[in-house]
Formats: sequence, C-alpha cells, structure tokens
Amino acid sequence: MFHYLLNIDAFLLIEKLVLIAIIVGLCMVVAMYTTFAERRVAAFIQDRLGPNRAGPFGILQPLADGVKLFFKEEIIPNFSSHFLFILGPGLAMTFALLASAVIPWGSNLEIFGRTVPLQIADVNIGILYVFGVVSMGVYGIMIGSWASNNKYSLMGGLRAASQIISYELALGISLIALLMITGTLRLNEIVLQQQAGYWNIVYQPLGFFIYLICAFAECNRTPFDLPEAENELIGGYHTEYSSMKLGFYLFAEYVNMFISSAVMVTLFFGGYDIPFVDESTLSTNVAGILSVLAFMIKISLFLFFFIWVRWTVPRFRYDQLMRLGWKTLIPLALFNMLATGAWMLFTNK
Amino acid sequence: MQITTLLFLLLSIMAVGAALMVLFSKNPVHSILWLIVVFFAISGHYLLLNAQFLAVVNIIVYAGAIMVLFLFVVMMMNLNQEDIEPVKNYRLQILGVLSGGVMLLIIVLAVMRLQETQPVQLKVGDAGLITNLGKTLFNNYVLPFEISSVLFLSAIMGAVIIGRREED
Repeated sequence: MFHYLLNIDAFLLIEKLVLIAIIVGLCMVVAMYTTFAERRVAAFIQDRLGPNRAGPFGILQPLADGVKLFFKEEIIPNFSSHFLFILGPGLAMTFALLASAVIPWGSNLEIFGRTVPLQIADVNIGILYVFGVVSMGVYGIMIGSWASNNKYSLMGGLRAASQIISYELALGISLIALLMITGTLRLNEIVLQQQAGYWNIVYQPLGFFIYLICAFAECNRTPFDLPEAENELIGGYHTEYSSMKLGFYLFAEYVNMFISSAVMVTLFFGGYDIPFVDESTLSTNVAGILSVLAFMIKISLFLFFFIWVRWTVPRFRYDQLMRLGWKTLIPLALFNMLATGAWMLFTNK
Repeated sequence: MQITTLLFLLLSIMAVGAALMVLFSKNPVHSILWLIVVFFAISGHYLLLNAQFLAVVNIIVYAGAIMVLFLFVVMMMNLNQEDIEPVKNYRLQILGVLSGGVMLLIIVLAVMRLQETQPVQLKVGDAGLITNLGKTLFNNYVLPFEISSVLFLSAIMGAVIIGRREED
C-alpha cells in the first residue's frame, strides 16, 4: 500500500533535512548576534560602551539574554484567549523563518560525488513565495495582540496590520518592475543573471530604494516601529507578553531583518556573486564556500544599515507614515514600473 | 494508495473541516482564523494540480490581504459573541439555502461532466505555471482581462468616494 515510500531518494531527503537544520540554526544565531550588534552599535553612536562584560568583548551577552528570558516568570493574562495567546508568537517566528526556504545561500557544493545546491527549494515562483510569506507575517502580531485582551496591545496590532497592508502595495509594485527586467521569478536564476551581467541595482535604483523603505516598514523597524511605540502604547502588541514568548516576538523581528536583507541582496546586489571574481575559475567547493561568505558579508552590511537607521532617524507620526506610504511610495513605484516598461520598449530588451 | 490520493484526502478533510468550523465558531475572530486555514487547504489543492502561481496568489490575495482586512475590521469593531443577534429572518434563510443548493448542483454537474477518474497526479499538467498562464491570459483572453481590471478600478474609485470625508 505504501510502496511509494521506498521510491523516495533517501539521500535527497537527508540532504534537504540537514540543509534546513543548518539554515534555521543560522537564522537563529544571526538573529541572536544582531541583537548584540544592535546594542554595541547603539552604544557607539551614543558615545557609550555597551554590553562588554559577558565574555571577551561581551560576545556571550546574547546567551546571557536568552538564559534570562527562559528563566523569567511566564505570565498568561487571565482574560486572554489562551490558545491564541500562545499561537501568536509561534506564528510570528514561523513565518519569519519560512521565507528562508527559497533563498539561494550559495552556489553548489560537491559532497561524496553529489552536487548539493545550497538552496532548500528552487521553486518556479520564488519571489511570489517570499511575498506571500511576508504578507502572512502580520498574523502573528495581530493574533497575539487581540488574544492579550488589552487596549494598548490591540492598538499596536491594528497599527501593524494597516501599516503592513499599506506598504505591501508599494513593495509589490517595485518588485514588478524588477521582474520585467529579469523575466523570471526563480531566485537562483536572478542571481545567475546578475553573475553574468551587472547587478540589478544598476537597472533598478529607484525600485531598490522603494523596496528598502518598505522592508523597514514590513519589519516594524524604526522609523516605522509604531506598532510598539513605547511612549504611546507601553509596549504595543507585546505589552502582555513575558518570558520566552516576548523573546520570540523580539527574535522574530531580527530574523525578519536578516531574511529581508538576504532577499534584498539576492534581488538587487547579486546574491551570492563574489564581486570582481570569475567563479568558474575556482573549483566547485571553494567557489561554493566563498559565495556563501560573500553573501553573508553583503547581508551583514544591510543589517548594519538597519541598525544605523534605527539610532539615527526618529519615529514617524502615524499620519506621516500613511501619507508616505500611499501618497509618495505608491505613485513613485507606479512611475518606476511605467518608466521601466518604456525603457524596455524603446531599447527592445 | 497513491501519495497524491492521500494528500488530496488530507487537504479535503482539512478544507471541509475548517469550513464547518467557520460556520460553527461563536466568535467572529475564530471564524476568520478558520477561514484562513480553508484558504491554505485550497492552496494545497492548487499545488497538487501543479498550479503554483494560483496557489501562491491565493495565499497573497486572500489569506494575506483580504483576511487581514476582515480581521482588522472585526478587531476594531470589537465584535463579541454576546453582542451579535443571530439572523432571525426566515425568508433570508430560505433564500440562502436555495442559492447554496443551486451552487452545489452546478458544481456537481460540472464535476460529473469531467469524467475524470484520476483528478490529481504529481508533477503532471503545466496549465497553472506562470508562463503558460500569462501567455493564455494575454493572448486569448485579453479583452475579458482588461474589462475585469476596469471593473476593479471603478470599485476602487467607488470605495474612495464613499470613504472620503465631507468637505465644506
């Protein structure tokens, strides 16, 4: 009855499972150390020292923070909807991690004579998949905020929902212009095209700019962190959360930053392409490892940018946020799409 | 038993079960969350038919945008089970049953016409892939496509006019 189970390529299964474990672990570790980087960079910008006690240069600080969160008392409000209260942070984390499945993390590796692509799934609809997962990310916040049964939480959740819906439109339209140029939705193919020619930032500077702003809004980062604006809403959507559930919400934000940096690098900055190096002259394994390193370096530059902006630009007011989204970014994105179309028409691309 | 049949059964049970939960949930927020589960199950069905584009667009548009707005409105209005009066209008109920029955009849007839014995096969059929879908849409059906987009535009304009504050 279940003989088809024997036909599954066991090596493929193991290969993919190992890859998934590595990538999820990587996302977590990077998220942990982004929190550390955030505190150190913030300290540097404000002319302080920042956390430097735990371990050399304070590099054990994220572990100490994690242990602290785990051992904090867990409080679930009495009038909250218990199942949804627990589901909220879980969903936030799940959807943050899901997008990592289609990102090409590097070129191929050769292990025991098998060519292993460093991408979990090279699907036909890569970009749309990322877009879909990003659009689902708001449920974690909305469900958690509603289940908390607290007015401040609810306000935070509603703000998150309307903000993400508004900025998703401009994000989608700026991606359409990029798709018109690449002619494919496969992320790996987009990277290969950029490896052969110029990076997409050369063709789509305005599109990248719009995408960058929307990525800040989708990650709820300052200057768009109105869902958790602490001086109006106490803690916003995570007011009622404590212990590791709060930790999941905070970590999910950093995982989101990591993934959206990875997507931006893949789409606009050549992905795992090593600049000024012809990869075909290197052996497969060396090229594979170097490409992953190049990708990580590009991502960390973006992560630094995220942190830099947070400690430089103050938070928007809510009406300013909406005006920027609807009256500036969407018309700009539409103009960018039309201009790209006209350029392609006249140059017969 | 093929793996596709197994998946088909699982997804169908998930879809129908979640759809029933939409109806029987007392709390409107729970109903909406069950409806999101229904959309995921339906996207799973599209994936089984190798219609990846349709599957992911279903998630983006319905689960990702429309349901967020539903949830937004229900949360903002703070609709709780005790505030809502059940619909007691029998004429409406009879009409609902009738129109639902007609819908079911049409679907059953359409399925019987197909005479398909193996409805899902893994990795077979390419009608749902984005290239083929785009080419069909813009070659054979360009007029209906454009007309429906004009329809959407007029709906958006209507919403803007209704939502606009009176200026005086």
